[in-house]
Amino acid sequence: MSTKPLQRLDRVVIRFAGDSGDGMQLTGDRFTSETATLGNDLSTLPNFPAEIRAPQGTLPGVSSFQLHFADHAVLTPGDHPDVLVAMNPAALKANLADLPRGATVIANTDEFTRRNLAKVGYQASPLDDGSLESWHVHGLPLTSMTVEALADFGLTRKEKERAKNMMALGLLSWMYSRPLEGTEAFLRAKFDRAPELLEANLAALRTGFNYGETTEDFAVRFEVAPAPMAPGTYRTLTGNQAMALGLVTAAHRSGLPLVLGSYPITPASDVLHALSALKRHGITTLQAEDEIGAVGMALGASFGGALGVTSTSGPGLALKAETIGLAVATELPLVVLDIQRGGPSTGLPTKTEQADLLQALHGRNGESPVAVIAPQSPTDCFDIALEAIRIATTYRTPVIVLSDGYLANGSEPWAVPELDDLPGLDVTFATAPNATGEDGQPVFHPFLRDEQTLARPWAVPGTAGLEHRIGGIEKADVTGHISYDPDNHDRMVRLRQAKIDRIAETLPPVEVDDPTGDARVLVLGWGSSYGPIAAATRLVRSAGGRIAQAHLRHLNPFPADLGEVLRRYDRVVVPEMNLGQLAMLLRARYLVDVRSHTAVRGLPFSAAHLAEDLHRDILEVEGDTAGPATTDTPREEVTR
Amino acid sequence: MTATDLPLPTPQGTQGVPRVGEEDPRQTKKDFTSDQEVRWCPGCGDYAVLAAVQGFLPDLGLRRENIVFVSGIGCSSRFPYYLETYGMHSIHGRAPAIATGLATAREDLSVWVVTGDGDALSIGGNHLIHALRRNVNLTILLFNNKIYGLTKGQYSPTSDVGTVTKSTPVGSVDQPFNPVSLALGAEATFVARTLDSDRKHLTEVLRAAAEHRGTALVEIYQNCPIFNDGAFQLIKDRDSGRARLAHLVDGEPVRVGEDHVVVRSGGALTVVPETDAEPADVVVHDVAAEEPTQAFALSRLDDPSFAHVPMGIFRQVSRPTYDDQVRAQVDGARASAGGPATDADLADLLHGGDTWTVTG
Ligand code: SF4
Repeated sequence: MSTKPLQRLDRVVIRFAGDSGDGMQLTGDRFTSETATLGNDLSTLPNFPAEIRAPQGTLPGVSSFQLHFADHAVLTPGDHPDVLVAMNPAALKANLADLPRGATVIANTDEFTRRNLAKVGYQASPLDDGSLESWHVHGLPLTSMTVEALADFGLTRKEKERAKNMMALGLLSWMYSRPLEGTEAFLRAKFDRAPELLEANLAALRTGFNYGETTEDFAVRFEVAPAPMAPGTYRTLTGNQAMALGLVTAAHRSGLPLVLGSYPITPASDVLHALSALKRHGITTLQAEDEIGAVGMALGASFGGALGVTSTSGPGLALKAETIGLAVATELPLVVLDIQRGGPSTGLPTKTEQADLLQALHGRNGESPVAVIAPQSPTDCFDIALEAIRIATTYRTPVIVLSDGYLANGSEPWAVPELDDLPGLDVTFATAPNATGEDGQPVFHPFLRDEQTLARPWAVPGTAGLEHRIGGIEKADVTGHISYDPDNHDRMVRLRQAKIDRIAETLPPVEVDDPTGDARVLVLGWGSSYGPIAAATRLVRSAGGRIAQAHLRHLNPFPADLGEVLRRYDRVVVPEMNLGQLAMLLRARYLVDVRSHTAVRGLPFSAAHLAEDLHRDILEVEGDTAGPATTDTPREEVTR
Repeated sequence: MTATDLPLPTPQGTQGVPRVGEEDPRQTKKDFTSDQEVRWCPGCGDYAVLAAVQGFLPDLGLRRENIVFVSGIGCSSRFPYYLETYGMHSIHGRAPAIATGLATAREDLSVWVVTGDGDALSIGGNHLIHALRRNVNLTILLFNNKIYGLTKGQYSPTSDVGTVTKSTPVGSVDQPFNPVSLALGAEATFVARTLDSDRKHLTEVLRAAAEHRGTALVEIYQNCPIFNDGAFQLIKDRDSGRARLAHLVDGEPVRVGEDHVVVRSGGALTVVPETDAEPADVVVHDVAAEEPTQAFALSRLDDPSFAHVPMGIFRQVSRPTYDDQVRAQVDGARASAGGPATDADLADLLHGGDTWTVTG
């Protein structure tokens, strides 16, 4: 069909950048979807301001969407874009630093007006002054091309201009040989009730596509072959979508209704939105008056025998702390989703960070142990949700799930599982008295524990003969009566801790990836940094370095063999998007001299910089035998 | 009767809660009394309320195991331990939120909240007002002793201005809440006030509250003999009380004592000798009035001197409840999809969106 030469690439990183109002997230989503259906592996990084509409044309108002797709397994959204689509001068200025020389810039020249240039401090247009010589720049009047293409439509100029993102999407789709059908179907559904807008968007999309074919500006077209993937059905999911699907699946498999109590907060609200649409699956969502009300509703539902879940971000977790403590004391199942963001306080609402680990573990009064787990990729949120429900219902405990903004909004392909392949979730309620009273009559002891799990019985209201009272005040072992007895308190504190520790008995051993089998340095991460760490590991190995990698999904308790694994290596490096919280826990727990690699920039780690740092670790441990280091300058701070 | 078209019938408060069958043995006060030793101070008003509740619950005819008491923190919040029902003694101020989750998840439970003036109106104020506006099917007993008892005697959000306590040695300066006014302002559908020592009135009000579908708030004036003794003496005392109390009776003129009535005067209400009152100005109580305006005006008759104190049910209107509607949305989604989601439906959900297939 195309008359232009086709060049094959193994991977591409594209970043769409524009004003918050330019529709860049939608454009990125659509390009992702088209790319997924072609069978490429991919990873995405949406990056947008906290303001809904920051002042137009300014640097703080820039919203971007980065997509990395390849003919092989992709681990991160990519450190550096090969192509930057800049819808205005601010988008160019905000993103140029990430663009390696030789990369392609597609700029919307219509927006490079004197006024817009001045807004971001450009004296002259960088498109004309030679300052972009080292990049391949395509200046295109995307706005006026769109308006012209839509000349015959009965729309206002503003409405026509708004379709320019579809023009850009069409052009990029041509460049990278992406199909348009998916986006066309998407537009049809979106503009179901506005036929004129539908036709305009379709026309802009196709004009952009055809422009690539006819213009002399673009001499070649590219293609990226499908990545080898296991047979199966795939779709793309963001972390928040995957979390919601995991929860609904857990509800199905346990046969219990799920009640989500939630208060809107970035970047967790999409979990509330997604679950609100799944009422048919027995999901009840309650938008509470505040974060405390939200977790209270979830705990009340758990008391009633439902799966009580609350979703929030770091500031909300702080507010929920006392209620989580009540769930620890009452020993009821409760799942708390903390979709972390930059802190402290309001911090960076739309940016990612992993700095709530210590809050999750210790942010409550008293000895208040809870299970803490973390997904390692967007689609792992599905599995982690099932795991959270498993632990919460088996051990009658709160489980805090530490996702983050990067996982929440980032997407990747997901092999849709067969239901039969998923772990079962058998939840049993107490139905009869479990002891005999002094008078020889059957009695119910709400704190008589299961010998193996140490979990107490879950006896829900409505069960005759098991009437009992629970609460935050200390209870006597076994009987559950109020008790101020010193020995009893000591015993109960230890029992609650032992119960959490026993979860480790059900965890798989730490999986260490060490292809050469003789690495002396182990890089250990947790949560969302899995992708960048794995990519860095790949870089190190391709440069001849020997390195082992392991990743923790369970942060409390740790897998039983973790200490032994750590001690096998001369050096353990722990990269985290905080100031070394896991490193501190590992040092304290295992007396291992863990090296911390930290960055708190609101963005995932750069794989290249991490690789260089790891290389240095290998050099220090192995001496000259380690091979050459990569040459990039590190940007992340390194704490030693 | 109500300001909205009802998308749902508004059944009685306890509808859907399993009842004691004809063949079952009659439940007695003993059945509702737990084996826990009651630990309030001697003479505390809480004892009288507990006795009234234990005595009246069997008459409700609900199965004991389907009744749940949720409390916060404070002296009165020990209440659930003394009742042989399900119970949760939760944390300070949060009982309405926990009870909302429970009542929404479980239609078959009669859920009660026991709280105090500090618990409900200070630390838990937000949860209380939102439970009231949502109209969750809960019965809230607000024990108002105008003091913090459990923490040993600091002033509370219902203490009168100038209250001298350990934390306010020269007198409190903040304006107190009037719990009835607050509840009416928070869109409550049932608001009442009663007195710990008036067993008959207490029981009548509690019964009406339990049978109300929606959030019923009952303010119970409760004496704390240790830290605020005699706070309600003027109205408890038979003689002085008689002249001050205005017993609210639906459809009847509002009388204060034996010879005064409440009349409209401008935008507010005042109390005048009956002989001076224009008959057209005399306020006739209407619990079911759509607008809470008159009920609110009646609640404003209170003042710290207890010159006249309306008691009884201020407002009792029917409005769809939060929990009924939330459940109806879930049920509706299921019904319109042809029933509860099956495994096949779950598989469809997981396979939703744009999918593609990789063949081996
Ligand atoms: S301090 Fe007051 S309210 Fe508390 S138990 Fe004693 S008398 Fe009752």
